[in-house]
Amino acid sequence: MSSPVPTRPLHLAVAIDRPDARSAEPFARAARLAEHGKLDFVTLDDTLGPPGRGGSRLDALAVLARVAPVTRRIGLVPTVTTTHTEPFHVSNAVSTLDWVSRGRAGWTVAVSTGEAAARHFGRRDTAPAQDLWREAGEVADVAGRLWDSWEDDAEIRDAATGRFVDRDKLHYVDFRGTDFSVRGPSIVPRPPQGHPVIAVDATDPLPRAAAARHADVAYVRARADAPPAAVRAVRDELRGRAQQFGRDPGRLVVLASVPVALHAAADAVALADLVGGWYGDGVVDGFHFRPGDPDRDLPLLVDGTVPVLQHRGLLRSFYPGGTLREHLCLPRPANRYATARETA
Amino acid sequence: MTSRTGRKQMHLAAHFPGVNNTTVWTDPRSGSQIDFGSFEHLAHTAERGLFDFFFLAEGLRLREHKGLIHDLDVVGRPESLTVLAALAAVTDRLGLAATVNATFNEPYELARRLASLDHLSGGRAAWNVVTSSDAFTGENFRRGGYLDHADRYTRAAEFVATARELWDSWAPDGTPRPFAHQGRHFRIEGEFDVAPGPQGHPVVIQAGDSDEGREFAAATADVVFTRHGSLEAGRAFYADVKGRLAAHGRAPGDLKIMPGVTVVLGDTAAEAQEKAAEIRKQQVSPQTALLTLEQVWGRDLSAYDPDGPLPDIDPDPDGAITQGRVRLGDPFAVAARWRAVAEAKGLSIRQTVIETHGRPSFVGTPQAVAAELDEFVTTDAADGFILVPHLTPGGLDDFVDGVVPLLQERGAFRTEYTGRTLRDHLGLPLPRRE
Repeated sequence: MSSPVPTRPLHLAVAIDRPDARSAEPFARAARLAEHGKLDFVTLDDTLGPPGRGGSRLDALAVLARVAPVTRRIGLVPTVTTTHTEPFHVSNAVSTLDWVSRGRAGWTVAVSTGEAAARHFGRRDTAPAQDLWREAGEVADVAGRLWDSWEDDAEIRDAATGRFVDRDKLHYVDFRGTDFSVRGPSIVPRPPQGHPVIAVDATDPLPRAAAARHADVAYVRARADAPPAAVRAVRDELRGRAQQFGRDPGRLVVLASVPVALHAAADAVALADLVGGWYGDGVVDGFHFRPGDPDRDLPLLVDGTVPVLQHRGLLRSFYPGGTLREHLCLPRPANRYATARETA
Repeated sequence: MTSRTGRKQMHLAAHFPGVNNTTVWTDPRSGSQIDFGSFEHLAHTAERGLFDFFFLAEGLRLREHKGLIHDLDVVGRPESLTVLAALAAVTDRLGLAATVNATFNEPYELARRLASLDHLSGGRAAWNVVTSSDAFTGENFRRGGYLDHADRYTRAAEFVATARELWDSWAPDGTPRPFAHQGRHFRIEGEFDVAPGPQGHPVVIQAGDSDEGREFAAATADVVFTRHGSLEAGRAFYADVKGRLAAHGRAPGDLKIMPGVTVVLGDTAAEAQEKAAEIRKQQVSPQTALLTLEQVWGRDLSAYDPDGPLPDIDPDPDGAITQGRVRLGDPFAVAARWRAVAEAKGLSIRQTVIETHGRPSFVGTPQAVAAELDEFVTTDAADGFILVPHLTPGGLDDFVDGVVPLLQERGAFRTEYTGRTLRDHLGLPLPRRE
């Protein structure tokens, strides 16, 4: 087999959602297994809507914060919604996840479209998804500003002048969105990655503007037996729009998000064939697997699919870096306020 | 809590050093206020000392002085609930208490985050309910700062009641049931998605010494975080708050009173006093002395020499030059008291601020401090203490190594954790389901 190996590395992630969550242990076990497979990150979905069919659901960011100290390298990417939450709190929680994981945090931005979630809060009516996604983009925008509102070297501890911080390196963000405003600065110093990784599910057209503008990672949901052309088209669109926003399209990692059900070793090898095929053809930058049953699928994914991909030279066999950005080959972003101050 | 022999035992909690000048950052032993390792260190110390819980404060806006970000104290901290979820992974029995504002959060989301922490920690979650109404903090939030001062406690009380309705909303067979709350501050309905946690209700802590704060605590809280440092003031507060419980159908043991205290230890009494004086000097730098003076005077006093005498001019009672911080009482009265102290002892500005600055609550040898703490508890001035160290993260190492064993010898403190949950440690029953 001599299909050309693309120069960009293959990125793999896995969802560790499970029904009726009531303790940390199954999540910790799944994340450690994914780390054993050297995957880039795990995701955990969340919503402020009613309970799902599975029963109890825990706050996803809290679960992954609980998992952080019992893992060392794997990225931790919870879903956090932007419709009924406070942008200031969301920004602080995500940057705190980055602090407690020492640079492994991400954030899948999502909106709450349902009436049920609106009634849980009772302070906003439901709005069209288009408006909610415009707001989600604004929340991602202000979060980035708040993360930058502390320059990396703002803390000086200068005993001679009695100053703990250099206040010239702390910045008001003065952000005015359509329905909210935030003064800043953040209460949390700039996190280890500068900006935790932002992810958006760009399967539907509505979130694509926010994805192209703000996301480091975009998911495109697809079935493994679907023709890859549709996924490729979304990736092309996202990259094109990112470029229009003045971004380097190479800094947007597009992952096919596929449901998997692995019953036997042969299924694991078939999945490796699919991954290798789509990746070799340049359809996507990698995959986000959504196991139907994590206890059944994850061991086969890690012990079956991953070694085949490693053997074919498509997947690394160790973590060369420590942060999620390093796994994703994304640079640590410059601080917009520091840049502005230095060029002023 | 009482031991098997019926002796009253104390509860202990560790307060992570805050963003104020109690925390000394100029000391060479002072570590990071933001790295997870610092939180881990203090939590491990507290658990080694068999403490009831670990406590995190909260800030929602950086403090300002004269329109500029206050730069003399430790600035910046992580978001509490997320840090505690991570600490749940590296501790086993220690309670985990987060301060979270009831004004700038909504019941459904916060009840969910607290119930999640209770599950993730195996029943160790606590919530310190605070309120604020100021437009200054509100500038960071959708809600803004419109809440009337008088509404702070009514909103907080309704918030706690609503959260408890959500925690109680599941059916006994372990399936979700619809809830509906129609109140003045919240009108919400639906289904809560987190099963009841191991504690049923996370422990509720309340801080605030005003009359309405005491009433709120008596009606609602499991623990009161107070400031009363002296034995007499502590007993009066204790009697007052415990006396309010019956009217709410509660027993005296249902509410634990825990003053926040500072401790300085030495091999001799004289050495401890010397260390305490040194710490107060570190806490009041020349710059901090001037700033403290400006907070009282309500004026720009930057032209004054901190090593010179107090200003002759009078305070400006309307000069609100500090934001994000409570002002220290009536400025004329404070200024008069400070002038009297300065004149009587011939003190400079800095020396006056040091002299009038809050003193450590307990200073002495480990034996003396253990005896004094025990006296507070056995004479009903407190049920325990929230210890506020001045150093991050090692500030309680000496206390845990030196004082805790002496408390245990006296029978004044537990020698092992006998339960798994924070309610177990505090001797609080599982909540009745409403």
